[in-house]
Amino acid sequence: MEKELRLMKGNEAVAEAAIRAGVDGYFGYPITPQTEIIEYLMEANPAETTGMIVLQAESEVAAINMVYGGAACGKKVMTSSSSPGISLKQEGITYIAGAELPCLIVNVVRGGPGLGTIQPAQSDYFQATKGGGHGDYHLIVLAPASVQEMADFVDLSFELAFKYRNPVMMLSDGAIGQMMEKVYLSPQKERSKTVPEWATTGKPSTRERNIITSLDLDPNRQELFNRKLLAKYNEIREKEVRFEEFQCEDAEYLLVAYGTSARVCQKSVQLAREQGIKAGLLRPITLFPFPTKRIKELADNVKGMLSVEMSAGQMVEDVLLSVSGKVPVYHFGRMGGIVTTPEEVVESLKSNFIGG
Amino acid sequence: MAKIRGSIVVNVERCKGCEVCMVTCPTGTIEMAKEVNGKGYNYAFPANPELCIGCANCAMVCPDGVITVYKTKI
Amino acid sequence: MVEFSGIKEIIKPGNLVYKKTNIMTENSLSYCPGCGHGTAHRILAEIIGEEGLQSETIGVSPVGCSVFMYNYLDIDWQEAAHGRAPAVATAIKRLLPEKFVFTYQGDGDLAAIGTAETIHACNRGENILIIFINNGIYGMTGGQMAPTTLPGMKSSTSPYGRDVKTMGFPLKITDIVASLPGSYYVTRQSVHTAANVKKTKKAIRKSFQYQKLNKGTCLIEIVSNCPSGWKMTPVQSNKWMEENMFPYYPLGDLKTPEE
Repeated sequence: MEKELRLMKGNEAVAEAAIRAGVDGYFGYPITPQTEIIEYLMEANPAETTGMIVLQAESEVAAINMVYGGAACGKKVMTSSSSPGISLKQEGITYIAGAELPCLIVNVVRGGPGLGTIQPAQSDYFQATKGGGHGDYHLIVLAPASVQEMADFVDLSFELAFKYRNPVMMLSDGAIGQMMEKVYLSPQKERSKTVPEWATTGKPSTRERNIITSLDLDPNRQELFNRKLLAKYNEIREKEVRFEEFQCEDAEYLLVAYGTSARVCQKSVQLAREQGIKAGLLRPITLFPFPTKRIKELADNVKGMLSVEMSAGQMVEDVLLSVSGKVPVYHFGRMGGIVTTPEEVVESLKSNFIGG
Repeated sequence: MAKIRGSIVVNVERCKGCEVCMVTCPTGTIEMAKEVNGKGYNYAFPANPELCIGCANCAMVCPDGVITVYKTKI
Repeated sequence: MVEFSGIKEIIKPGNLVYKKTNIMTENSLSYCPGCGHGTAHRILAEIIGEEGLQSETIGVSPVGCSVFMYNYLDIDWQEAAHGRAPAVATAIKRLLPEKFVFTYQGDGDLAAIGTAETIHACNRGENILIIFINNGIYGMTGGQMAPTTLPGMKSSTSPYGRDVKTMGFPLKITDIVASLPGSYYVTRQSVHTAANVKKTKKAIRKSFQYQKLNKGTCLIEIVSNCPSGWKMTPVQSNKWMEENMFPYYPLGDLKTPEE
């Protein structure tokens, strides 16, 4: 079936893609700059078409716990929020990770800390990729750089979430969530009728009871569980790294950027090359797992790297770890909701590496 | 007139000796043993079995579900 | 199994009048001697067994003493974060509307940290059953003040007695729930005597019937004891409960369906 072409905001694209992906339930709470997601879903009223449940919860805390309950039934469930709301959800997210439940959490990031601003930022990288809540866990983190990817990553998120029984975060930002672009939408999928064997759907006499919990007071068993999680994360690190390279073949200086910053940096590469600076761009698509291996390889070919993020420098730490001191690595980025300009990036490249 | 007679069976090892059954029993059938079970509790037992009327009050209030009740008419 | 039996001749299958339901697992309950949790668990299990709902029921256990409730009833379970059980149950019921969904929560879980989830689930009229064990204390963490701790009542965080001037008043959350249009059946019961056990069991059975008819939220508060937290013997604690808890939390229906 043909894909349908539409002009949409990133937030709307996520919502429409969720309906089309056959998502069973969305549980959310309004917060700028992602409120269009729940508004779109409420207006589309998919309960009447696909049977998808859309519920406005009393808080982000309640919404993520609804996701827990729905995911534990083996259903495709999701929530979305923006930075302050995602902080509230962290309790639920760590329980979901601890109970090994699949789900999608969309974070349309805005500047912080605290209430911060409602403008785009990339300052939730640490929170998204290092766990976010308490305990040893990771989310799989996908970073869309276009409205198209916000739509496409819904399906991909659920595929990965169910494959690994792990929560997936789509780490977008206020720019991609709010901007309008053309987007090709996949045809409507049927909601899945298969029930995972671990799901709590009522215990028939043919199986033992299913228990979804993250609790184990026996330290030996808890450690075994932690090791099991670690093995899963290592498998994800091995198999699920996704990234995109732009003019890296002959690059002497490598920009590393994701999401909105990666779009800016494509232009920066072009501007730099016009000035005779051979720049290239590596765009991580998965932030966890991080493209460590590839960045390490590229460190052999380039003179230096610049991590460009709309933050005080978060991903740069992972770039530094990947490079292991082989070449200098710097960070450049605007904060407070300001989107970096391509020219600023080139200036930073020059001042850090060329001298002047 | 037929007389109702009951009999209880106490799962001794599961009993926690809380005495709730003893005070609930309307006929004084149940007492707490002087001996303790494996957990160290003075367990409940039918000290006066001939008094039991099989009303099941003891079983209904037993938090640990250790009492089974039988009843018959004699 | 070590057993102590009464008159042997009476003990035969035909004379059986009461036996622990097989919905209860063989796991030993983790509760202190005389704690009402075990009785509340058992009568809930009895209803599930008697109504043939083992395959149709999903339970949500809380954080608190009954956190391990999933070890005791042989049904599918989800263990919720502290206070979040009504939100968890909301999603289960919305996604599996033909199933029976209940939460089982203590006073700290339901009436302190989970107040918002409780009130909003009830206010939405979610078709779930909430079983609320109110013993006026945090049992699992060792006897701290709960939202339902009585005025003047001592706990490890109100060692001189609950001073309502600085610590607030006991929260009658069940009364609040009863005032919400989404709640359908709200009742306050206990499980410390056989007569009360029968009433509570009846309330649970009714709640399952109402859930089948999609009537809205049913909430059963069970005023219960905490011998360890109250520092009393089980028998003393039940007496203290009658004399002190019941006047503040009177037993009976708070909201009954208009039929």
